[in-house]
Amino acid sequence: MTGQMELVQNFPCFSIMLCMFAGIISSALKGKTAKRINTAVLCINILMSAAVLWFTMRTGEFYVYVMGRFPAPWGNELRVGVMEAGMALFFCVIMLLSLMGGRHKLIQEVEEGKHNLYYILTDLMLSSLLALIYTNDLFTAYVFVEINTISACGLIMIRQNGRTIEAAVRYMIMSLLGSGLFLLGLCMLYDMTGHLLMSNIKEQVTSIYLSGAGGSYHVPLMVTIAIISVGLAIKSALFPFHAWLPDAYGYSTVSSAAILSSLVSKGYIFLLIKIIYRVIGFQAFHDSRIIDILFIFGLMGMVFGSLSAIKENDVRRMIAFSSIAQIGYIYMGIGLGTQVGMIASVFHVLSHAATKSLLFIAAIGLTDVSGGSRKLTELTGSGYRNKMAGATFTAGALSMVGVPMFSGFISKLLFSQAAVQNEGKMLPTLIVLGISTILNAIYFMKTVIRIYTPVEDTEYSTVTWQENKVYAVSLLCFIALNVFLGVLSQPIVDLIGWGLNMFA
Amino acid sequence: MGGSLFSNYGEAVAILLFVIGFGNLLLQNNLIKKIIGLNIMDTAVYLFLAEKGYISGRAAPIVVDGVQSVEAYINPVPSGLVLTGIVVSVSVSALMLSLTIRLYQRYHTLDLDEISLRLKKEGL
Repeated sequence: MTGQMELVQNFPCFSIMLCMFAGIISSALKGKTAKRINTAVLCINILMSAAVLWFTMRTGEFYVYVMGRFPAPWGNELRVGVMEAGMALFFCVIMLLSLMGGRHKLIQEVEEGKHNLYYILTDLMLSSLLALIYTNDLFTAYVFVEINTISACGLIMIRQNGRTIEAAVRYMIMSLLGSGLFLLGLCMLYDMTGHLLMSNIKEQVTSIYLSGAGGSYHVPLMVTIAIISVGLAIKSALFPFHAWLPDAYGYSTVSSAAILSSLVSKGYIFLLIKIIYRVIGFQAFHDSRIIDILFIFGLMGMVFGSLSAIKENDVRRMIAFSSIAQIGYIYMGIGLGTQVGMIASVFHVLSHAATKSLLFIAAIGLTDVSGGSRKLTELTGSGYRNKMAGATFTAGALSMVGVPMFSGFISKLLFSQAAVQNEGKMLPTLIVLGISTILNAIYFMKTVIRIYTPVEDTEYSTVTWQENKVYAVSLLCFIALNVFLGVLSQPIVDLIGWGLNMFA
Repeated sequence: MGGSLFSNYGEAVAILLFVIGFGNLLLQNNLIKKIIGLNIMDTAVYLFLAEKGYISGRAAPIVVDGVQSVEAYINPVPSGLVLTGIVVSVSVSALMLSLTIRLYQRYHTLDLDEISLRLKKEGL
């Protein structure tokens, strides 16, 4: 980009800095003020990301934002296209809604003096997510991955009891294994290519790849691709590495669970997709065998995640296990190794983020009118006691199962279309997709039927939506977002395709 | 293959240490041993980087006596990466240790599996 920079081009950098400074300032403030700052920062970020999205859509091309005075091979860069801006906008919206929906539980569950800590952590979390989305430098990405991990750990353990601390330790251990592998992988990439900026690495990687299997760096390149993919897969809880997930999502305070399930794991997946396109190159990634491994574990996650969810008797943990299945969907789409599969995966990132945070927030409304118990047996009839939460949970469940009009349907449709175009992987994908849909239907419909089973003379009180208006508004926004993704899917899919092309 | 392995023994040792640390972090039950494993793993990566950035016969990239030729110094970028990495790993270790203290105060054991067992019994 030559000539005068437009003001809007500075917004990605501003939004990252804004979140960071908000976090630092909040440490000296009381909980209430920190909350206001956090909400203001999120709203400003939504506006700025929307402006950047509009700008990139208008110019039709990505632009590079140089951080500091040093140009390309030495300095640090942000790279902004349609995909990045759209993702940033979406993440900010989901985070705002999750915080709004869980605010009343946060006040009950977290000690009074620690509220400002919670908002510091969410500010830092948002800044690291935005940096992961925008950065064009691999080592910067690593540093923000670690910041993301630390703030996620804080979000889990802010509600202090034995369970959450244990969950936080388990989360940290798995995450550190993942980031250790990621760090080793990027060091090896640096050694092979001599660069840290993604676009420079890609030039070198392409020449290594083109030199063929006989080239001296071909084997190290394949090993590096494997290490980086496995590292990020561990961090985003792909199937065999999911042991920490149910406890972390199930026992933390509800906003944390919604943020962790819908944003944190998605941030790592987004980074992986970015690395596939911008560092390794889609063709080189496609030709390495690692793609089949991701595919197989994705399929296994789809089945085993759902099976564990069926066995679960705790509604929060059930939703958490369902996340494992949904992460499996995303990796399956990546594993298909086609552009269409990748579009389906990115769409599912959006769809799952919108639906899973909705389910967590709605479930808390149902457990609140059941004496705080999360056992499915206690939830009988809770859909009548809190009509708003019941309706929202039903909408989320329908979306997860894949009923038309909701976002889940579109992602299942996209996955099957992508599968049909890939001859070798068509049959297993379609079969597992079918099985997984049936399993989804079993446990979500079981829950929906239970919350709408009338009970006579219950001791629990009924709640109307007027009693907690913020909660009701956030639930309505979640439903609207879901229906929006489900109904207006074609423009969004076009946008994703456009963004992916801009990636390469 | 064997020859290049011997001439690059620094990198080979680094990867070996990485695997040892990784295994400890993954498989040990004792939380303190896990944290030690984490530190071994991170340090192995720094050794790998330092080994890659070093060019034999050259000095650290600090300009003394006005020698400014590129030929006189080693590659400074890996050293910078190591410094950043150390900062990250220190903060992560501190966080892990503080979590371990919390768990120890509650359950008086460092065994993660035993803590999980007790949590199940508590039925929280």
